[in-house]
Amino acid sequence: MIPANFDYAAPESLDEAISTLSQGGDDAKLLAGGHSLLPLMKLRLAAPSLLVSLGKVPGLSGIERSNGGFSIGAMTRHAEIADAEELGVTAHAASLIADQQVRNRGTIGGSIAHGDSAGDLPTVFLAAEGTVTAQGPNGERQIQATEMFKSFLTTAVGPDEVVTSVYMPALDGYGWGYEKFVRRSEDWAMVGVCALVKSNGGTCEDVRVALTHMGATPLRASATEEALRGQSLSPESIAQAAEQAAEGTNPPGDVNATPDYKKHLARVLTKRALMAATGG
Amino acid sequence: MAESVRVNVTVNGESRSSEVEPRLLLVHYLRDTLGLTGTHIGCDTSNCGACTVLMDGESVKSCTVLAVQADGAKVQTIEGMAPAGNGALHPIQEAFWEHHGLQCGYCTPGMIMAAADLLKRNPNPTEEEVRHGLEGNLCRCTGYHNIVKAVMAAAESMRSGEGVPA
Ligand SMILES: Cc1cc2nc3c(=O)[nH]c(=O)nc-3n(C[C@H](O)[C@H](O)[C@H](O)COP(=O)(O)OP(=O)(O)OC[C@H]3O[C@@H](n4cnc5c(N)ncnc54)[C@H](O)[C@@H]3O)c2cc1C
Ligand code: FES
Ligand code: FES
Repeated sequence: MIPANFDYAAPESLDEAISTLSQGGDDAKLLAGGHSLLPLMKLRLAAPSLLVSLGKVPGLSGIERSNGGFSIGAMTRHAEIADAEELGVTAHAASLIADQQVRNRGTIGGSIAHGDSAGDLPTVFLAAEGTVTAQGPNGERQIQATEMFKSFLTTAVGPDEVVTSVYMPALDGYGWGYEKFVRRSEDWAMVGVCALVKSNGGTCEDVRVALTHMGATPLRASATEEALRGQSLSPESIAQAAEQAAEGTNPPGDVNATPDYKKHLARVLTKRALMAATGG
Repeated sequence: MAESVRVNVTVNGESRSSEVEPRLLLVHYLRDTLGLTGTHIGCDTSNCGACTVLMDGESVKSCTVLAVQADGAKVQTIEGMAPAGNGALHPIQEAFWEHHGLQCGYCTPGMIMAAADLLKRNPNPTEEEVRHGLEGNLCRCTGYHNIVKAVMAAAESMRSGEGVPA
């Protein structure tokens, strides 16, 4: 399988990348790790006229502690994130992505800019309420997680913008869990659940639950969150709240799972993720 | 027609320089342009791992990397694993031979390259860690059992320094 023809540019600075991209017209696309884009191009589901590679742009990779959180360069590979234990649930979710070869190439910036609802890092980003920094011809702006995922494979990142870094709050005081259900370990999630819980003397002070592959975008399980916030945390209260994890979702069926089965998985995995997040 | 692009790649220690179409996949560059047909193609979906090579020391699926993305990189393929000249094999190759880690052999080059990355990251893996480390590589023949045995044995011989590390 060979992609359709395209032109290729490998700029050596961020400014040059942005100008090449914006002059490249509608069909120009950025290329990061290529592990979402190239498979689509090989199947001819995407046929950009120009690829602008970020591979030679300096300064887009690495993990830095900043402002009560972590600033992760957009080109930081999943493998490096998986090895950075201080990143907590982000590192854990990255370690569950596909296989070593894919983790060696795929990037956090590409994963979030692409916004695949079956992706693991977009879900964690949504639960953690992270922020993306994007730079375009008109300068730099921040995009909040709640504003990021618009519809199927459509994010708030503009066609001439480059995501330069992803900020993840450190979430001190939160317990976490990420549960991913697959038939084979290299697969995309049939369903995945990220849970973050802050407890104060056994009471749930804050809770965030986000779902992978339960709709066109990653989703927050707000009914579960509301049911648990302010309540005392016990296996019973968690089980009860988890029963509402699929509320309001309309997951697409596929060869692996019917919509009903996915809803079932969302409930079961939410319970497990919440238990993990509360040390159970 | 897209404009062709010059790539400079070091493949198995040798500098190569070619004009390529941007859409040329690294696996086709290795197989068709350079004639290194030890790297196989087993799928259209980036799943099987038969095309695994090392790029700057890390395992990648060369069917999902453009040749132009390898510009400036060092690529190692199965042909570059055995030490040059004396007919000896790399310890991972030796272990696959010893432990019958292959039947038809189609998946083997990719398995060996993935195992090289795995053993670099974790020189003393458990059996479970080996299975996880090879989850990006499919084998339709062996049932994986002897592949895992071979990688465990290779790990031991590389740790004890009997073999030649990559
Ligand atoms: C076999 C296989 C299995 C996989 N399994 C999983 C899985 O289980 N879980 C999972 O989460 N992912 C999985 N992935 C996807 C993988 O994580 C991708 O690497 C990731 O989704 C996209 O990152 P990338 O760097 O490869 O982006 P690319 O493919 O290079 O780009 C994707 C899109 O984002 C845009 N883009 C990229 N970088 C930027 C940027 N900095 N700024 C603005 N736009 C940008 C591109 O223009 C493109 O439209 C799998 C991929 C493969 C091939
Ligand atoms: S040929 Fe199957 S993963 Fe590359
Ligand atoms: S030995 Fe035949 S595919 Fe693995």
